[in-house]
Amino acid sequence: MSSDAKAVNTATAESADSTGMSFLETNRRKIFATYLPLGGFLFVLLFPFYWMGITAFKPNNELLSREGNPFWVNSPTLAHVKKLLFDTAYPEWMWNTVLVSVTSTFFSLAASVFAAYAIERLRFSGAKQVGLAIFLAYLVPPSILFIPLASVVFQLGLFDTRLALILTYPTFLIPFCTWLLMGYFRSIPFELEECALIDGASRWQILTKIVLPLAVPGLISAGIFAFTLSWNEFIYALTFVSSSELKTLPVGVVTELVEGDVYHWGSLMAGALFGSLPVAFIYSFFVEYYVSGMTGSVKE
Amino acid sequence: MASVTIQAVKKRFGATDILHGVDISIADGSFTVLVGPSGCGKSTLLRMIAGLEEITDGEIRIGDKRVNDLPPKERDIAMVFQNYALYPHMTVRDNMAFSLMLAKEDQATIDSKVGRAAEILALGALLDRYPRQLSGGQRQRVAMGRAIVRDPQVFLFDEPLSNLDAKLRVAMRSEIKELHQRLKTTSIYVTHDQIEAMTMGDKIVVMRDGRIEQTGSPLDLYDHPANQFVAGFIGSPSMNFLPGTLRRSGDALRVELSDGTQLDAPQQVGGMDGQPIIFGTRPEHLRLVSSDGARGAIPSRVVVMEPSGMDTFVACRHEGVDLAAIFRERHDFAPGSTIHLQPDMSCAHLFHAETGQRLAA
Ligand SMILES: Nc1ncnc2c1ncn2[C@@H]1O[C@H](COP(=O)(O)OP(=O)(O)OP(=O)(O)O)[C@@H](O)[C@H]1O
Ligand SMILES: [Mg+2]
Repeated sequence: MSSDAKAVNTATAESADSTGMSFLETNRRKIFATYLPLGGFLFVLLFPFYWMGITAFKPNNELLSREGNPFWVNSPTLAHVKKLLFDTAYPEWMWNTVLVSVTSTFFSLAASVFAAYAIERLRFSGAKQVGLAIFLAYLVPPSILFIPLASVVFQLGLFDTRLALILTYPTFLIPFCTWLLMGYFRSIPFELEECALIDGASRWQILTKIVLPLAVPGLISAGIFAFTLSWNEFIYALTFVSSSELKTLPVGVVTELVEGDVYHWGSLMAGALFGSLPVAFIYSFFVEYYVSGMTGSVKE
Repeated sequence: MASVTIQAVKKRFGATDILHGVDISIADGSFTVLVGPSGCGKSTLLRMIAGLEEITDGEIRIGDKRVNDLPPKERDIAMVFQNYALYPHMTVRDNMAFSLMLAKEDQATIDSKVGRAAEILALGALLDRYPRQLSGGQRQRVAMGRAIVRDPQVFLFDEPLSNLDAKLRVAMRSEIKELHQRLKTTSIYVTHDQIEAMTMGDKIVVMRDGRIEQTGSPLDLYDHPANQFVAGFIGSPSMNFLPGTLRRSGDALRVELSDGTQLDAPQQVGGMDGQPIIFGTRPEHLRLVSSDGARGAIPSRVVVMEPSGMDTFVACRHEGVDLAAIFRERHDFAPGSTIHLQPDMSCAHLFHAETGQRLAA
């Protein structure tokens, strides 16, 4: 089912629900049962962002003063932003992060599609074990994996290049995406492929004309996940890259905006804020697909 | 169009034998129904013909061509699946055109073929809809349309009607039959519903546990079932079976039921005096006779009456064995009362008590 139809469905289901049940609920009950807990959640979740936002625009004297209201900015300033953009390599970090995330996500997705399809549908002997092995590979924490990977990166002469990150990120992205896509492919009825086979499609045509179009929600959620994971990645980016202009956002912000024990809070927060905007934007754009990808099933 | 020949075909999944050597020859242009209880291997056989399952042993030929090692697309067949297997992301038109597009037909040919199939199946108004916007019967028709456009040698159907409600199933049944009369493409149809088999097939193949029990025309199977299984499987309500003994005295042959009721045997059959047999009679071949001891009548206790308007179905019990009777007339028996049923012995069936095989004449 495509997203629009699904949206209509859930919308009608919801409205049917709310009209069907609403007569049971008084307004007061609604406030206590729904809006109050929801408000609490929202507050806990959004407060850090709010803090990040106001800190980014607070002048230093206000930031460090003990007087006044800490939850508000009296005289907003762009000084931190200016410092971030012009006195650090922030634009380069941003570019590096985009480049590394996009390419590694793209390659990982492509590899995962083939891997997941082969494991799920080609039924070669040992497919199950391979699937399991891929999952186990995902369970090895990066904090252990970065040691052997560092040696590989060194020997390949890739240390301190963007390529080091582009090649190492797939080590955790591919297992993750493969697992997500395997689940998704499993939900596509077998008969569709058999029918296509009889209709004269080759394996490749079945993949591109039947399976992938039906797996779009799955691909999008895998893509978002992979993108977010590589956007926020820290350990590899910290160890495999040392030049300032090659750093990624998360590493750049914390290594270059903390000098000894001096925290440039304003710029730090501004950097974090701008760094989280693209991810938030992508999430909000695809959230519909994303949800259906997670619960994912193809219905005829 | 082509004939299909299945010779000594076996199928093994791992260590389990599913088909134990199946021989069927299907004439060009015929409508053959494979019928049997669930799990007997009908779908497996059909999928082997389609090329979706490997053939463990034996040979399948379509026309003169041995197809054992051909991939599905080179077998020139079309298959209609139980759950239709329409491509959800394509419109009805694209669903039907998919195989033609893969075959790189030019757009004009595709349009005319799809248009013709749509016309045959009355799908013209639905061409731009998606499968999810169609009713069950419409989806079923699209699935058939997809098969028709390819103009294949053989149509394969795997329980295409079992997802439809009873009324629609009856309507689609005649629609498929009509379609076959019009196109005359060799068709192989799998079902576990004997009524579908009886009403649709030119020829019925009854299967059980990976073996063929009997092959023949619908009425042939109905009138001359080769064994007790086929006799019980074909026909609804199904045939009554009563244990009895064969009595031979000179030329006269009689069947003695367990309560001593004596019935004149239908025709000369083989079998010794005193041999235990199964006596089979269909519900519609039981006649109501007056209680005072008409010859060859079976005393039965009425359990349930089910009048349907057109006929009256009576479930009875005789000596602990269930017995069903159908009368064209309307009756009203009190449950628990005893009625006397006289089987029409010219339509009776005698089976070997152990093997279940029909006693040979
Ligand atoms: N891929 C498989 N692996 C192992 N056994 C299988 C496989 N496919 C089918 N079988 C077995 O083969 C037997 C026949 O299956 P099949 O699907 O042909 O039955 P069927 O006659 O079509 O039944 P139904 O009327 O329920 O569709 C069943 O016992 C089934 O368990
Ligand atoms: Mg089946």
